[in-house]
Amino acid sequence: MNKNLLGSAAFVALGAALAFVPLSGYQEGIVVLLCINCIAAMGVSLLTGFTGIFTLGHAAYMALGAYTAAIMTVRYGIHWLPAIVAGGIVAVFVAWLIGIPTLRLTGDYYAIASIGLGEAIRLILENWQSFTRGARGFPGIESYSTRPVSVVFFTVLGIFMFNLLDSRLGRELKASRDDRAAASLMGFHTPTSRMKALLLSAFYCGISGALLAGYMNFIQPSMFDMMKSTELTAVVVFGGLGSMSGTLLGSAIITSVMEYFRDISQYRMLIYGFLLVVIMVLRPEGLLGSREIWSFFMPASDGSGGARGRE
Amino acid sequence: MEAMKEVMKEARQEVMKEKARENMRVLLELNGINLFFGGVQAVRDMSFTIMDDELAGIIGPNGAGKTTVFNIISGVYSPTSGSIWFREQDITPLMAYQVNRLGIARTFQNLRLFGRSSALENVMTAMQNRYRYSFRENLWGHLTPSYRPDPAYHYSFAESLLHVGRWRRTESHIRARSMELLDRVGLADRARQAAGTLPYGLQRRLEIARALALDPKLLLLDEPAAGMNPEEVAGLNRLITGIHREFKLTTLVIEHHMDVIMEICPHIVCMNFGAKIAEGSPEEIQSNPEVLSAYLGDEDDADGEGVSA
Repeated sequence: MNKNLLGSAAFVALGAALAFVPLSGYQEGIVVLLCINCIAAMGVSLLTGFTGIFTLGHAAYMALGAYTAAIMTVRYGIHWLPAIVAGGIVAVFVAWLIGIPTLRLTGDYYAIASIGLGEAIRLILENWQSFTRGARGFPGIESYSTRPVSVVFFTVLGIFMFNLLDSRLGRELKASRDDRAAASLMGFHTPTSRMKALLLSAFYCGISGALLAGYMNFIQPSMFDMMKSTELTAVVVFGGLGSMSGTLLGSAIITSVMEYFRDISQYRMLIYGFLLVVIMVLRPEGLLGSREIWSFFMPASDGSGGARGRE
Repeated sequence: MEAMKEVMKEARQEVMKEKARENMRVLLELNGINLFFGGVQAVRDMSFTIMDDELAGIIGPNGAGKTTVFNIISGVYSPTSGSIWFREQDITPLMAYQVNRLGIARTFQNLRLFGRSSALENVMTAMQNRYRYSFRENLWGHLTPSYRPDPAYHYSFAESLLHVGRWRRTESHIRARSMELLDRVGLADRARQAAGTLPYGLQRRLEIARALALDPKLLLLDEPAAGMNPEEVAGLNRLITGIHREFKLTTLVIEHHMDVIMEICPHIVCMNFGAKIAEGSPEEIQSNPEVLSAYLGDEDDADGEGVSA
């Protein structure tokens, strides 16, 4: 009980620090971007790190969230708060449609299918010009993603995510990740488990995309290409598969490094790649392996080195 | 007077025995199971019944099809022909998770633990899945099983998001019950260790604990003694018979070490080349010529009389 309250309190404290520490306008922008990236990364981490479904198309759900929020606020003058939530819901609905046929695929096959689906959604957004303005992009979005708004979204969704992992659903997903046959012989219907993970991750990515639209004020389909999807999955692998705090840490590090080298932006991808190679060489299991960050400080967690998990 | 009492006692015992025999229900029944993989017949005309509260064993040489029979019972494979009845219900068409929800739990020959989770989490994962099953008549008059999660082990999605309501009570209940089971199989001090890093013998015990956590009506143990030394095997035999008595749990054990099964199982089915070749008590099995030839081999069998078909 105390452990739970402590975790939530730590999250709220982190949120408060992000929201109230005085920062310059540029630094505020980084905080907002950090929150947005972390929300998307949490979603992908749930799917890839905790359910074992590799995805290379989750930028598409961000795109759906972004376009939904943009179109609702600009075209229909709806308030941004319901628009953000609607962005998440639209992403969930599309994920559900896509999940029915594709979640029958496992392992690398799903990853390949997800590339195709991600690109397909991006191309639909690019070519449905009457509705999305196509490749010219969608301008004039209200800047609703202020620092408090994005920090609140990040804190609430973060607490939800950590709570969820420490409950029935968390164990169910990990079971179907570690051994699908054994999980189904424990009474889990594993296709349903996988669907739950996909829908939740799509919701997180949708919200993240909707916030991104409100931060950038302008969105276009090329922002959500395969590069972005790869980045999302790479951040999760970087932080450690099966470690939600590792995902947040990885996301924070990569976002900061990318911002730091903005001046030499033509070499950014080079630095990004270098960072990934370094981590893969030094810690092949990712920054935190499959342990959560607090387990490093807790006594008597004897040898729970998750890095040795069998795959 | 003393003799009179003795006689009365004996008579009463006889009556009780008779009653017990009547009450003994058939728990599991296999009727003429055949399974083909392409042109290979893995299981041939397999039939046997397991009574309630029994401790039965399946033996047979390597490749006799023992694990395949387990896979058929637990719903991993569906048989090409034949039917499986469990508690007077046809479970032949059911999927693995549905069979499990009806109360059949199993362990695996090649360990299938959730390796990255702790031992405790492994048991908790199974424990949270306790179902209450009831049978209700649907529109067409068929009896269909309906699974409802046991409220003592259940809480909603919203409650798990916020960790409120039933979450706290349920989680601590699941945790405490799981610890009890770990304690029962002698793993209490390893509860927080990752399952994949446990020694082999303990992983086997953890699998048994995880299967017990489902509160099954029938427990299937697939070669629980594989890879164990004689000392560990003796401990395991004590564990299995102990669990059978304590939980009043019908248990079906696969082994190809004759001595393990002979020691603990009063009812033995012997398989070879996918077919049942003998069934009975340990003494009957031991003196059965077919069983002896299956294990020791003889000239006739080398011609592959049993292989073809």
